[in-house]
Amino acid sequence: MRRLSWFNVTSLTLGFAFLYIPILILVIYSFNESRLVTVWAGFSTKWYGTLLQNQAFLDAATVTLKVGVISSTIATILGTMAAYVMVRGGRFFGRTLFSGMIYAPLVMPEVITGLSLLLLFIAIGLDRGIFTIVLAHATFSMCYVSVVVSSRLVSFDKSLEEAALDLGCTPFDAFKSVTLPIIAPAVISGWLLAFTLSLDDLVIASFAAGPSSTTLPIKIYSAVRLGVTPEINALSTIMIGIVAFGVITASLVSKRNIARIKRDEQNALK
Amino acid sequence: MNYRRLLLISVPYLWLFALFLVPFFIVMKISLSDLAIAIPPYTPTLSLGEGWQGFKEFWSGLDMENYIFLTEDDLYWKAYLSSFKIAFFSTVLTLLVGYPIAYGMANAPPEWRPTLMMFIILPFWTSFLIRVYAWMGILSKQGFLNQFLLWSGLIDDPLVLLNTNIAVYIGIVYTYVPFMILPIYATLEKLDGSLIEAAVDLGCSRFKAFWLVTIPLSKSGVIAGCFLVFIPALGEFVIPSLLGGSRTLMIGKVLWEEFFSNRDWPVASAVAVILLLLLVIPIVLFQRNEQKQREAEQ
Repeated sequence: MRRLSWFNVTSLTLGFAFLYIPILILVIYSFNESRLVTVWAGFSTKWYGTLLQNQAFLDAATVTLKVGVISSTIATILGTMAAYVMVRGGRFFGRTLFSGMIYAPLVMPEVITGLSLLLLFIAIGLDRGIFTIVLAHATFSMCYVSVVVSSRLVSFDKSLEEAALDLGCTPFDAFKSVTLPIIAPAVISGWLLAFTLSLDDLVIASFAAGPSSTTLPIKIYSAVRLGVTPEINALSTIMIGIVAFGVITASLVSKRNIARIKRDEQNALK
Repeated sequence: MNYRRLLLISVPYLWLFALFLVPFFIVMKISLSDLAIAIPPYTPTLSLGEGWQGFKEFWSGLDMENYIFLTEDDLYWKAYLSSFKIAFFSTVLTLLVGYPIAYGMANAPPEWRPTLMMFIILPFWTSFLIRVYAWMGILSKQGFLNQFLLWSGLIDDPLVLLNTNIAVYIGIVYTYVPFMILPIYATLEKLDGSLIEAAVDLGCSRFKAFWLVTIPLSKSGVIAGCFLVFIPALGEFVIPSLLGGSRTLMIGKVLWEEFFSNRDWPVASAVAVILLLLLVIPIVLFQRNEQKQREAEQ
């Protein structure tokens, strides 16, 4: 029944062409000799050279990486705690409010989140800079982490934890030596998700950033508003390359892991 | 209750309380304040030093003036209406583009599916800003699309596409289509193929079987996908700002300009509060759909 009809082939081909041709054009024109992005004038890597000499971009990239690493680490810790509380925490005062606060940021328009955080920072007299961007990013990313981690927590067998507790573990030991290793893949993908969200964010960072702390998306946005430039194409190509490498490696690794688990299961049955 | 449990609950709780909930009350408060030439640029500000008298003065300074202003100046409700229209039609377009892709994936050989899935998710990990930027080069007057159409002889003069609403629609469909594909694919993949065989055996044409069996059974995925596109599209800022023109009115852009260009914080806050109220309805409907789906699975 499930065969590849001409309709399926056409829709998949057109669909993937739609998704990938724009990115492909962007990458191709980053190797264009000409400053005019629309006229092909021969192969060149000179825009990568000018990009690497552009101090403003390099500074912005450093700020972005710092913010990304710190905020996604905080988000992963808080998000894992929040997921654990939601799935295993039982009843406590204000549980509904808590779950509302975890899900609401996922659907909140970025302009509102950004505006509200900025007004908070000003109301309490916090100087805007890297610190405020980290606070803002950690807050919205922790909600994504908690969704990823709680879906893993829901699906795994609670009796494993109970067995550890029965055998004399403290709840903390049980978490450390039983729960954490099992949910580790979800925690790692939560961190990666938080990190990419942070690298990608323009709107919230624009509200939360001060004049001294420009992130890469803010820099790209202000350059792009004036039009298409080959330097931005080169920068985009580098960023796309890093992401593609990461995602493809991760999927190959998980594919191999799944194959190994299947083999182990079969061996165990023998 | 031991202190560890208390700590575990209170840390994320207080974090979200302080950095998510409290900021909203500040937005609401400022939306009731007046614009002032001061730092911060609104009045009244609460001065706790003056005790009860200070609070009373603060309270009497709050009014609905900004909301009345929003209803009087037709820019704002035009912007709300136009965001709603753009979000609605781009959701429909995204569904038309996304459904065939999801259908093709669900009917592909099982060993291909993880790879296809990865290639749908891959653009989602790539910077949103970069994906929008890619279309600026394609849609501009000397851009790739115009060059191609001129070369092929389909048009004689380049089309004006960039900085129009058409570009905004293309941008939204392009960036949000993975959100439509994934939930639809999830429902189609679980669909029992023998149901369609039964329909065909009982005399349905393939198309009629698709219409009467596949479409109704994938309804929950379609609804979830539509909300996942509609809700963020409504408050979208980057796409109308880069691909849209000066005549593209979207509420996210209005809020941004009100705040950064006009520096009118009270009006920007009032715009935010109304946008939030508009979003409550689709969000509640979305949650109900998810709930129903979860119950159906159990």
